[in-house]
Amino acid sequence: MANVKHGLRSPLGRARGLGAAGHGTEHWLTLRLTSLALVPLSLYFMYGFFEAVVFGNGYTSALLWVKHPVNAGMLLLFLGVGYHHTANGLQTVIEDYVHQEGIKFVSLLLTKAMFWLLAVASILAVLKIMLGA
Amino acid sequence: MTASESAQARQPAERPLSPHLQVYRPQISSVMSILHRITGVGLILGMVLVSCWLVCLAMGEEQYQLFLTVMQHPVAQLVLFGLTFAFFYHLCAGIRHLLWDAGYCVSNEGVNSTGKIVIGVSVLTTAGIWAKLIIFGGACPWLM
Repeated sequence: MANVKHGLRSPLGRARGLGAAGHGTEHWLTLRLTSLALVPLSLYFMYGFFEAVVFGNGYTSALLWVKHPVNAGMLLLFLGVGYHHTANGLQTVIEDYVHQEGIKFVSLLLTKAMFWLLAVASILAVLKIMLGA
Repeated sequence: MTASESAQARQPAERPLSPHLQVYRPQISSVMSILHRITGVGLILGMVLVSCWLVCLAMGEEQYQLFLTVMQHPVAQLVLFGLTFAFFYHLCAGIRHLLWDAGYCVSNEGVNSTGKIVIGVSVLTTAGIWAKLIIFGGACPWLM
């Protein structure tokens, strides 16, 4: 029945590359594990951000907060895990709502590239501040 | 399968697509579910702003002041207010999802009670932080 419409390709052959293709469980689990890690990481970030930046004294207090090794370490973890979770989450949303294969492929590629760019830029910024530039 | 049946199966039936959102009365379960997704997508902007903040901070005092000036704009303040709520809502609703995944509170009562807690906590924390900002905003260089 299936081959009437799709020629000689097997159902597996047609499915390959169109869906999760074996990475579904990993993707699901990673989204949960990163969200678990982000509970303490994002709260630590928000607390420090409000103390040092929002209720702080401008440039100097923000710089001093990022410079502290513990804050810098937590910030790097927050950025890494946070962007991983953001990319994974947006991938789920795109896969749910974009059904045209070409547009889906390109938008997944572009959003992943954008998140890599932002993550690397902010990690380099933290390292530059921390190493005393 | 007869010939007419197989011909029918090959043609996509023109039925309305589930889940017929327009005929459903909004419920706490469905509204909170889509709000979790909306706040999640909104927090992408939050991550972008975190990156802008760090890059400006690393570039020097002049660029950092520019960042603070932009953030003082009323539109930016409105966005930051929305992001504060989005953060606390997505955090609390995310913990609720993790509880469900672990097998807790998976019942109608569990959905309703944890849902009310999530809404309460996220509204109260957002209101508390912004009340502090409006009252003690003088200490903050980028408010008022």
